[in-house]
Amino acid sequence: MAEVQGIGVRVKRKEDPRLITGEGRYTEDIQLPGMLYAEVVRSPHAHARIKRIDTTAALSSPGVVAVFTGADIEGHVAPIPTAWLPPDSDIKTTAHPALAVDRVRYVGDGVAMVVADDRYRARDAAELVKVEYEPLPATADQELAMGEGAPLLHDDAPGNIAFHWRAGNATDEVFEQAEVVVRHRFRQQRLIPNPMEMRAAVAEYNRSTGDLTLYSTSQNPHIHRFLLSGVLGIPEHKLRVIATDVGGGFGAKIACYPDEALVCHAARVLNRPVKWSEDRSEHFLATTHGRDHIEDVEIAGKQDGTITAIRVRAIANMGAYLSTAAPGVPTILFGLIVPGPYRIPYAGADVYGVFTNTTPTDAYRGAGRPEATYLLERMVDLFAAEIGMDAVAVRQKNLIPSDQFPYETAMGLSYDSGNYQLALHNALETADYETLRATQAELRKEGKYLGVGVTTYVEICGLGPSQVAGAVGFQGGLWESSTVRVHPTGKVTVFTGASPHGQGEETTFAQIVADKLHIPVEDVEIVHGDTARISMGWGTYGSRTTPVGGSALAVATDRVVEKAKKIAAHMLEAAPEDVEFVDGSFQVKGIPTKSTSFHDVTLQAYLAWNLPAGVEPALEGQAFYDPTNFTYSFGTHICVVEVEAETGQIHLRRYIAVDDCGRVINPMIAEGQVHGGIVQGIGQALYEGAVYDDQAQLLTGSFMDYAMPRANFFPRFETSFTETPSPHNPLGVKGIGETGTIAATPTVVNAVMDALRPFGVKDIQMPLSPERVWSAIRNGGSAE
Amino acid sequence: MALEKTSVTITVNNDTYTRDIEPRQLLVHFLRDSLGLTGTHIGCDTSQCGACTVLLNGDPVKSCTVLTVQAADQEVTTVEGLGTIEELHPVQQGFWEQHGLQCGFCTPGVMITAVGLLKQNPQPTEAEIREGLEGVICRCTGYQNIVRAIQAAAEQFDATPAQTQAAATTGVTEGGE
Ligand code: FES
Ligand code: FES
Repeated sequence: MAEVQGIGVRVKRKEDPRLITGEGRYTEDIQLPGMLYAEVVRSPHAHARIKRIDTTAALSSPGVVAVFTGADIEGHVAPIPTAWLPPDSDIKTTAHPALAVDRVRYVGDGVAMVVADDRYRARDAAELVKVEYEPLPATADQELAMGEGAPLLHDDAPGNIAFHWRAGNATDEVFEQAEVVVRHRFRQQRLIPNPMEMRAAVAEYNRSTGDLTLYSTSQNPHIHRFLLSGVLGIPEHKLRVIATDVGGGFGAKIACYPDEALVCHAARVLNRPVKWSEDRSEHFLATTHGRDHIEDVEIAGKQDGTITAIRVRAIANMGAYLSTAAPGVPTILFGLIVPGPYRIPYAGADVYGVFTNTTPTDAYRGAGRPEATYLLERMVDLFAAEIGMDAVAVRQKNLIPSDQFPYETAMGLSYDSGNYQLALHNALETADYETLRATQAELRKEGKYLGVGVTTYVEICGLGPSQVAGAVGFQGGLWESSTVRVHPTGKVTVFTGASPHGQGEETTFAQIVADKLHIPVEDVEIVHGDTARISMGWGTYGSRTTPVGGSALAVATDRVVEKAKKIAAHMLEAAPEDVEFVDGSFQVKGIPTKSTSFHDVTLQAYLAWNLPAGVEPALEGQAFYDPTNFTYSFGTHICVVEVEAETGQIHLRRYIAVDDCGRVINPMIAEGQVHGGIVQGIGQALYEGAVYDDQAQLLTGSFMDYAMPRANFFPRFETSFTETPSPHNPLGVKGIGETGTIAATPTVVNAVMDALRPFGVKDIQMPLSPERVWSAIRNGGSAE
Repeated sequence: MALEKTSVTITVNNDTYTRDIEPRQLLVHFLRDSLGLTGTHIGCDTSQCGACTVLLNGDPVKSCTVLTVQAADQEVTTVEGLGTIEELHPVQQGFWEQHGLQCGFCTPGVMITAVGLLKQNPQPTEAEIREGLEGVICRCTGYQNIVRAIQAAAEQFDATPAQTQAAATTGVTEGGE
């Protein structure tokens, strides 16, 4: 029989043939007959009252079909909702109109949408929309925004406080009584996700049936259908959202945005297909940003290296409105993981979410967990330096031992499984840590500054179960659906509610099915990203696709095998319990000659000429899988840098990553996820950062000002895995999509600080630009 | 603002097209909107990402910075003309085998850039490949497997007779000029 490329095999991706030949179908590629183009007019002011909008000139511009303003859509397009409401946080979900009516609150806030018969003409006309503004004072800084006399963004959110959330058991007393306490303030700079595909939407309406189809750049089309149905007043069964080829998301394509709703509305009103696509400058303003915290952190411990407590008071910049999942990011996904992989008996998080006149923030790869890991791993290094102990030794002393799982943390999470020491050990061995330290000492004598940075991390992933989603205020479920349809010829179509957009699940999911059914991966087709074909789904984010979506698939496939076994037993005239499924055929236990192939059984299931009593025709398995708990990936990353003291230039010499995501389905794809994650993590450490001026104008509004990591910035990464299966799902898998981003940022910064130790430099604001590093060296302390 | 249209004739992937277009139209929009060749993507508006890279007379250019009229009477090769699924170009083969793409959005532009790179330097070192990719942005792969993909393509070139090699480099799979 054909070779089965099941779990653990480096299968070439099934999605690639269309993508390498230019035959992918991204949203912007969709062309429909009679299609119109939309352009959104956006506010150039960070905060202003709208006095008047004059659309006359735009309307008479060639090719223009319609212009919509906030007043025009009132009553037809409801405000954009927030879908994560952490409990006991006094959250203020202020209205977010799809087009501003009387006030704009950030540069990029939409004020009108122009629709024309050609994209160039739509843009021409957009420039003719005259908006008279009365500028108001604005602020981009969350600490200033929550202070006295700051401009108020929303009348119903006093002090610009969007929410205040607390968790943990750390008290003042714990810190007062500690032998050693180290305090530090960090600023997690604002980042711009920048998937290479910008957002786009094409909507098509059928007036006679009332059906509306939206092609969109979405990480979670069913969530978009669910939310847009409410926003547009179109019942869910009349609304279809399609997102097949999506060019990366990194969190920026989770949110429900005004623009997609407006495109749908325009198509409905005009009864013609309408396309809208961002350009990159618009993306910088109008698509959600990430991170942006101010964090005051305290770590307490003993002289012998034991860490006894950690707590953080954070102020998270939420931007002008609360985006879809935004409130969950600096709270649940951040605060609960603050103690990380260590046995720390006391932990605390106290988080303010604050409105400012900036683009709304939301999830960005890692979402909350990079922020927590950064402060923890930086603090562990600062604590180690304080007590004069090697930073690796401190980690070794505090890591949760592998025999302590499941481990209940001070934040109430139950970590499923782990061997943190093994990952650390493997990473140290690959790096040859002892030798590195010796080399470092040698080089210092020559005036060369080598630095070694280490991070040991754990992350919450596999978002689910739904009961927990409800308890933490997520306004949705976190289970996943899967239908495995075996056709009469034995070929298989799988429908999954997960919505991959680069992660390769068309391949890894096919491997899971191929593994269980002993069929070639070519015989399995994975269908995703279409609400009309897939019953329900919660999408791809939070490293949940394989742990939750993959598990749904595994359960559904097991159901197929169960049913097929009954039919096979009937065919073999044996009892079902006497039949086993071995290497693609059903055979009577102990009598290998008495067997029937999978194909024979699938055909018989459809012919249905002679089925056992009580067994229905056809062969299809369905599962709505809700996990029993999160899963917790972990690992150790090590970075070696060399810093030029004269210029502040940082050279990345080596980067070693040992990650554990439980069972690895396809090592090639898992490595790819780690590579990409590391680059984004290093991007934050060394290159990227959104900058607003004191008028809340975005200064980094294009790739000319916002430094995106490029190929020549990096050495070849040395990646490997350890495999500690998760007991929380049938596949034993954990997430791998975010680990690199979570671990890389503190690893690199720790390495640079280690290099700069002879200069007495303890911390530098990210991104660590040569200029900042150089000034820090000169000042013998913080650059800012 | 309705601009006079002008007629242009351009050869794309060995087929010759004549269209009436606005003089301000960008080549990338001509390819995507006028010809429906949507394999060439747009990733920025400041000429920095390379997603739109195509070959103009065999050399890589960013089609978002070229006006359609500037390409008149010349030869353009897009990803659609690089190779077919039955007969992949060595660079396409390399990207598939070495997992050089994730979301695939940057990929056509990166592959065309690689074709240009290998034309200039058929046996590049890893450092040369990384330098050669300076003009493209990939947000997914971390570049490591893109580098491997290009190395694999270079190796394949090495094992290919010179004539086929030249054809593959310019993206002309048969006939030639
Ligand atoms: S789209 Fe041409 S360089 Fe970015
Ligand atoms: S593969 Fe997604 S941007 Fe390169």
